[in-house]
Amino acid sequence: MIWQEIETLPRAGLESIQLRRLQGLVYRMYDRVLPYRCKMEAAGVKPGDIKSLADLRKLPFTTKDDLRDNYPFGLFAKPMEDVIRVHASSGTTGKSTVVGYTQADIELWASVMARCLTMAGVTRGDMVHNAYGYGLFTGGLGAHYGIEALGATVIPVSGGNSKRQITIMRDFGSTVLLSTPSYALNLADAMIDAGVTPDQLKLRVGIHGAEPWSENMREEVERKLGIKAVDIYGLSEIIGPGVAMECLHTERGMHILEDNFLPEVVDPDTLEPLPYGEAGELVFTTLTKEAFPLIRYRTKDISRLFVEPCGCGRSLIRMEKVTGRTDDMLIIRGVNVFPSQVEHVLVGVEGVEPHYQIEVTRDGNLDVMSVLVEVSEHIFSDEIKVLENLAKKIQAEIKDMLGVTCKVKLVEPRSIQRSEGKAQRVIDRRKI
Amino acid sequence: MRVEQIAVFLENKSGRLAEITRILAENDINIRALSVADTADFGILRLIVDKVDRAKEVLRGGGFTVGKTNVVAVEVPDRSGGLAGVLKVVNEAGLNVEYMYAFVNKSGANAVLIFRFDEMDKAIAVLQEKGFVLLTGAQICAL
Repeated sequence: MIWQEIETLPRAGLESIQLRRLQGLVYRMYDRVLPYRCKMEAAGVKPGDIKSLADLRKLPFTTKDDLRDNYPFGLFAKPMEDVIRVHASSGTTGKSTVVGYTQADIELWASVMARCLTMAGVTRGDMVHNAYGYGLFTGGLGAHYGIEALGATVIPVSGGNSKRQITIMRDFGSTVLLSTPSYALNLADAMIDAGVTPDQLKLRVGIHGAEPWSENMREEVERKLGIKAVDIYGLSEIIGPGVAMECLHTERGMHILEDNFLPEVVDPDTLEPLPYGEAGELVFTTLTKEAFPLIRYRTKDISRLFVEPCGCGRSLIRMEKVTGRTDDMLIIRGVNVFPSQVEHVLVGVEGVEPHYQIEVTRDGNLDVMSVLVEVSEHIFSDEIKVLENLAKKIQAEIKDMLGVTCKVKLVEPRSIQRSEGKAQRVIDRRKI
Repeated sequence: MRVEQIAVFLENKSGRLAEITRILAENDINIRALSVADTADFGILRLIVDKVDRAKEVLRGGGFTVGKTNVVAVEVPDRSGGLAGVLKVVNEAGLNVEYMYAFVNKSGANAVLIFRFDEMDKAIAVLQEKGFVLLTGAQICAL
């Protein structure tokens, strides 16, 4: 089923809509967002220079650093009185990424989410169990408004308390589950503990995103919950969930709602756009957002674009499941973690010089982050309790700053591998 | 009346203690007393040796984290109640023992108790006042 006709337009028709929207966007950014205007001036490009979609490459990129430099609202294109909502995601060294929405943006977000839900076969007759976290994170509320716009029934259950979630699922007859893939597996385990079998539930489809997951994990979710599991992609900078979505054909990738989010894949080193089918860094331009539009935002996610038509009838470009990052960001239980944040905490804890390593493993369905810290003479003590307190303090500060519980392991000096004098900061042993 | 003790950080993996004793043996350093304190993840080896600075240097060279701390060595007769007598005094003075270990010397007549107190100066004063025999590092090595 298709929610909007625009999804099946011939490419030429879609591209003319994209161009018109892009031209309008560039004028708006030039007029209202001073930091971006400065970038355009430095690049010697004027709004009138954008005459075709190919001219997109003339425009400067926007990066996470630009967001940080203009924290919190410096890149907003609308006065604050027009902004009716903000969301934020965890930042690298204390500064989070803040995004804003006008009334029209909230409606846009609801409509793109509704279109995504439709791709997964969700209709107004469905009972949708929304287990994404509600709050500053865009997942919960973004999905919520989309479910309502579609006319389905939303259960705003948010994350946590798996046992209660199983009861609600069974008693309310939830037909659709929205959650991170790892939480879906947690729920599957909680079901077994509660003695509930999949045939006692009405679950039909799971929509999972916000963290990387493998085909093996998809197969596991489908088998354990007895559902069809599909992938959804989004990031708060672009809008939140609702940027791209797999249809039930699940033929190689997620349909990008490119009438709103114009995708490119660029070489992360040369920044030159790459042809369809080649892997590189995913870049988005938000064509229709008002409060916080972005031109050529570098996501640091690695993917590929496919333009061949899909069996579902949509002509929208598809993006491959994200296969990696161009930076060192880790996603631990749905939370973005940068090694620099851990380093920041270690420097802050008195006396600890940052010789450390982050090790990520998966225990059952749960990501486990261990921070190995080398014990220097500076922090060493002949008393056990002093060292134990140090480990506890590091653990507490990481939890405080990142919202992630980790294990802290004190290790002997030089036991952390160094290659050419540089320590390998992250070892990810999860099989994703 | 303090004795210098060496403490070494030990990661909880096989062969570390063997490596330390190998390094000390190669450098002709004699261990007079030792204790290992351990947790699930790591341990601390505490040593009293005849050549403290040399031991510290060679262990450091072997890649270990080494610390030097002061402890108190109390000599008591090797019979029942020997330790109890010391701890009674320590307790009455309101001192805290961070850790302790003991060994019996060659003659077999006396035992040596190694203490780390929270207040070292006060502990030394109290023990001397009560007539306990405190040993120096040189005396321990000569035993």
